[in-house]
Amino acid sequence: MDYQLTTPLTREKVRQLRSGDTVRLTGVIYTARDAAHKRLVELVKEGKPLPFDVKDATIYYVGPTPAKPGQAIGSAGPTTSYRMDAYAPTLIALGETGMIGKGKRSDEVVAAMKEHGAVYFGAIGGAGALLSKCIKKAELVAYEDLGAEAIRRLEVEDFPVVVIIDSQGNNLYESGRKDYLSTCGE
Amino acid sequence: MREVEVSAVTAAVKRLCIEANCNLPGDVRRRIQDCRSAETWPVAQNVLDQIVENYEIAQAQQAPICQDTGMACVFLEVGQEVHFTGGALYDAVHEGVRQGYAEGYLRKSVVSDPLERKNTGDNTPAMIYCDLVPGDQVKITVAPKGFGSENMSQIKMLKPSDGLEGVKKFVLQVVEDAGPNPCPPIVIGVGIGGTFDKAALLAKKALMRPLDQPNADPFYRDLEAELLEKVNQKGIGPQGFGGRTTALGLNIEVMPTHIAGLPCAVNINCHVTRHQSAVL
Repeated sequence: MDYQLTTPLTREKVRQLRSGDTVRLTGVIYTARDAAHKRLVELVKEGKPLPFDVKDATIYYVGPTPAKPGQAIGSAGPTTSYRMDAYAPTLIALGETGMIGKGKRSDEVVAAMKEHGAVYFGAIGGAGALLSKCIKKAELVAYEDLGAEAIRRLEVEDFPVVVIIDSQGNNLYESGRKDYLSTCGE
Repeated sequence: MREVEVSAVTAAVKRLCIEANCNLPGDVRRRIQDCRSAETWPVAQNVLDQIVENYEIAQAQQAPICQDTGMACVFLEVGQEVHFTGGALYDAVHEGVRQGYAEGYLRKSVVSDPLERKNTGDNTPAMIYCDLVPGDQVKITVAPKGFGSENMSQIKMLKPSDGLEGVKKFVLQVVEDAGPNPCPPIVIGVGIGGTFDKAALLAKKALMRPLDQPNADPFYRDLEAELLEKVNQKGIGPQGFGGRTTALGLNIEVMPTHIAGLPCAVNINCHVTRHQSAVL
């Protein structure tokens, strides 16, 4: 199925999505990589407020290149998601409903997605120049000292993603490969 | 002796850092297009189309192809008749990286200490590899290396009794372990022989050999073709969504080794396999 969805992504919206669906996302998403996730989870442990509201939020695992004059953002493709696996379940429990990255996730992350209702999207890794065209605005939210790894609020239009793992735990990395190989009979 | 001012090295490294990050080499483009033509799986065709569109946008706008503009791996082949003047050679290389990553709006992705993890802010230091060669020229190759794929690389000290089958098994296992993580379609560099460290260096150098230039030794040329075919029978496909095009190419480099050993290193690169060279 092809969907056009507007953020915030409520639990109802993400629960309808199935692994393999293509989605064009419009609205606000937040950037965070390993270093920012580490700080966010430390704040949670200390009972302190987070620099943005994670309820129904989508986090994009990206560290963009610097914007040239006149650009909203530089090249901005996804980074490998497993480095966020240690932190993602905490944020999912707090209401994060969407993650955008690339690559495999841990069983713990998938269990949290199923329990709370969250979806893992893939964007095309290595297509940073193409993806940046869908990002209309970027502003700093927190952790400027982290440079490319700071948390930014992005306004996106028709940002193209694919559902890799849905809220039932179905996984495109497994089914896509199996379906392709089933067409390759000797 | 021929004198080379190190400021010329700085200028060349700066230019190559920017060019390499914005322009995909012709051999990689041609291979992506060939794989697109051979690809039968619609999802994979769509991903490859977007990969082509991405590098075309990057070239037209001189924007980085990928946001991971990498650690700057700088390979120097220095003619032994060359005398550098005006400063230290390696300082000049680092300065070129500093200037290129600033002026090219490239991402600064280097931390000063692997455990403390504070960003150096200018993408230095470069990873410098220097070979002394005959002649009076200096060849500089800048190969920005992204870490999504670097992290999926492995090395194994195989036993001599593991032999050819052991090498094949290890290479295929590394690709299987990597799965969708290193942004397939990937390029695979295999280094066999030498010592622990030399095998890894061979694997990295293998990534810089053009994809349309097979190993000169017929035995290794055939092994490259056989392993690439086996990799592309795995079905991982572009981005791991399924399909034939798991790898664009596989290059093998070998060197003599010890009677007791069979080191084998596999360095993985993504479809954004970047390298640009200049000769001073």
